[in-house]
Amino acid sequence: MKSLEELKKIREEAKKKVQLRHDSDGTRIVVGMATCGISAGARPVLMTLLEEVNKRNLSNVMVNQTGCIGVCRLEPIVEVYRPGEEKVTYVHMDSEKAKRVITEHIVNGNVVTEYTVGAYEK
Amino acid sequence: MDFYRAHVLICGGTGCTSSKSDQIEEKMKQKIEEAGLDKEVMVVRTGCFGLCEAGPIVVVYPEGAFYSHVGLEDVDEIVQEHLLKGRIVKHLLYKGAKEEDIIKSVNEVNFYKKQTRIALKNCGVINPEDINEYIAVDGYMALGKVLTEMTPTEIIDVIKESGLRGRGGGGFPTGLKWNFCAQAQGDQKYVICNADEGDPGAFMDRSILEGDPHCVIEAMAIAGYAIGADQGFIYVRAEYPIAVQRLEIAINQAREKGLLGKNIFSSDFNFDIEIRLGAGAFVCGEETALIASIEGERGMSRNKPPYPANKGLWGKPTLINNVETYANITKIINKGPKWFRSIGTEKSPGTKVFALGGKINNTGLVEIPMGTTLREVIFDIGGGIPNGKKFKAVQTGGPSGGCITADYLDTPIDYDSLTALGSMMGSGGMIVMDEDNCMVDIARFFLDFTVEESCGKCTPCRIGTKRMLEILEKITSGKGELKDIEKLEKLAANIKTSALCGLGQTAPNPVLSTLHYFRDEYEAHVIDKKCPAGNCKALLAYNIQEDICKGCTLCAKNCPVGAISGEAKKPHSIDQDKCIKCGACMEKCPFNAIKLG
Ligand SMILES: Cc1cc2nc3c(=O)[nH]c(=O)nc-3n(C[C@H](O)[C@H](O)[C@H](O)COP(=O)(O)O)c2cc1C
Ligand code: SF4
Ligand code: SF4
Ligand code: SF4
Ligand code: FES
Ligand code: FES
Repeated sequence: MKSLEELKKIREEAKKKVQLRHDSDGTRIVVGMATCGISAGARPVLMTLLEEVNKRNLSNVMVNQTGCIGVCRLEPIVEVYRPGEEKVTYVHMDSEKAKRVITEHIVNGNVVTEYTVGAYEK
Repeated sequence: MDFYRAHVLICGGTGCTSSKSDQIEEKMKQKIEEAGLDKEVMVVRTGCFGLCEAGPIVVVYPEGAFYSHVGLEDVDEIVQEHLLKGRIVKHLLYKGAKEEDIIKSVNEVNFYKKQTRIALKNCGVINPEDINEYIAVDGYMALGKVLTEMTPTEIIDVIKESGLRGRGGGGFPTGLKWNFCAQAQGDQKYVICNADEGDPGAFMDRSILEGDPHCVIEAMAIAGYAIGADQGFIYVRAEYPIAVQRLEIAINQAREKGLLGKNIFSSDFNFDIEIRLGAGAFVCGEETALIASIEGERGMSRNKPPYPANKGLWGKPTLINNVETYANITKIINKGPKWFRSIGTEKSPGTKVFALGGKINNTGLVEIPMGTTLREVIFDIGGGIPNGKKFKAVQTGGPSGGCITADYLDTPIDYDSLTALGSMMGSGGMIVMDEDNCMVDIARFFLDFTVEESCGKCTPCRIGTKRMLEILEKITSGKGELKDIEKLEKLAANIKTSALCGLGQTAPNPVLSTLHYFRDEYEAHVIDKKCPAGNCKALLAYNIQEDICKGCTLCAKNCPVGAISGEAKKPHSIDQDKCIKCGACMEKCPFNAIKLG
């Protein structure tokens, strides 16, 4: 080890790896993955979310999964929790939509209104 | 680097490994692969979580779901339900001491709620075999900081200000010890980590080495810089193979990354560490005996002074600290002495790790701020006494300590208050006793240990403790006389003042403290020939209860010495003079008519 900077660089890389294990105050993206979610195609959505988060090196973003959210007919469902904001529920998701949610909502902070449960129920 | 959405932490501590956590890990990896989840779920083997009795432990993040008693047969369910579908497997969750409150996440487990983790901070959280995980939680930042920003004197001042005291038993101020070593004259100096951990029932040092070996390595390097040493030794007992193996891995990884070796952080500081295996003799934990053992001599204590700080390993100035003491150092450097002082009490800042054992619901490792009361540790964290039994006493300080009774349960735990009660902090064994424990027998147990472990160099310890043991055995076997109690007290006083090293000097403590608090129990054994706790076999008698006995003759047929007589269909009786107390009759009686009392 030559310098503190070198150590800090390793730390930043490694931190992403263990962050999951600490109470985090960051963004949580939750994918419904009960039986109906999986059969409606939640897995590719989850994989896309993971890939995008990783590719963009987004720190403090956690991709998580949950069981039945309760509205099976709207699956795949993705919920986004950002600190200080109301929960946003996206429905009928697919990989393409997932990519847009990452760029527009997670990165730039603009909710993709047309995919939300509100837009759909209207 | 891959990005994982879930981490499955599997305890790889000694306790869980002995209940097959290594096989669970293997199967978990295999099932995860079969489910096609190996790119998104990471399996991590950690050190001890502290709740070994509930092991094997598996924790799944980000939820922090805390699964206990996990068996090989449960692995598939965790993969299918939790990892694939995101549904927590409720029936595998840790239940705590009370069945009714099913616990979900690690942070909600009562056992952890009242704890403050400094020394154990990373145990059960990181993979001890991956230096990157240690670096991720600020590992080696403290070493980087001292080497680039601080002088040795400044480091010693920080440690002094923190008020840290040695966690290996004596409680000597760590900063002061570092200062003595720094000022000692010598061309060569050494840093030693005492990982001998001989106290029966204690295993905190092992857990730290297994769960977070780098924190000890880093602290030793800091100590080396502070006192001017370039070589460290970790003296660890050979009975700790997992700890030894993880230490070796950690030392190698630290060398590869240039955190051990030459010119660390481009400074002119060089430091390296070697492991020395001990054969596991209690006396080898005593610092002068430990040093002799590293030198290749027989592990025997010598007179002090000179202290190791001036004349230690190969006659050179040597700093020797305990594992848990080192585990506090990096945190003090990173967060400052004020932060450390804000935890614990005025005279005993910080935390202490205890190994809770005996008659208690949650046996395991707990780390509490100093000043927490014994009651909180035993009842809130430890979950109280099992089977509705009554608390009787708690033994602290191992063979060098004593017993503390219910009257003192509200005593805040720190070095001085435990000593004032005739016990001591010691390395942190805490053995809880209930109404079924005989205090004379407890004293006998610890003395038996001392006699076994005495190195034999000085007479008071070699012969004196043996005499004490003989008297205690005489009392528990019902042959004690009143003058024996006096003799015990005299011997104890003599040994305490004349033994050469701490082993002998403290050996009488368990006897003195039980005599102090439970003299009536000694007297009951001696005068009434009774063991009030119903523990000492020789003082118990098998009796047939006439009203229950049906006269089936089974007991008489089974008694090996013909002590039972009686006519068929009439109540039988036992001739106490003939009875050898084998218990065969009680086992055979179909009507439970025979009682021991
Ligand atoms: C009989 C005997 C056994 C000891 N065993 C240990 C031990 O197993 N581990 C330990 O750290 N210290 C043990 N000590 C205390 C050490 O001699 C020494 O005080 C300690 O390692 C210093 O470290 P500390 O200041 O960090 O506590 C023992 C002392 C005596 C008298
Ligand atoms: S007190 Fe006991 S252990 Fe210590 S030197 Fe004497 S005989 Fe050895
Ligand atoms: S305890 Fe053993 S020796 Fe005594 S009466 Fe029963 S069977 Fe006989
Ligand atoms: S076995 Fe039990 S019931 Fe039968 S004679 Fe003995 S004490 Fe009585
Ligand atoms: S299973 Fe997906 S909403 Fe019910
Ligand atoms: S060894 Fe697994 S919890 Fe202690």
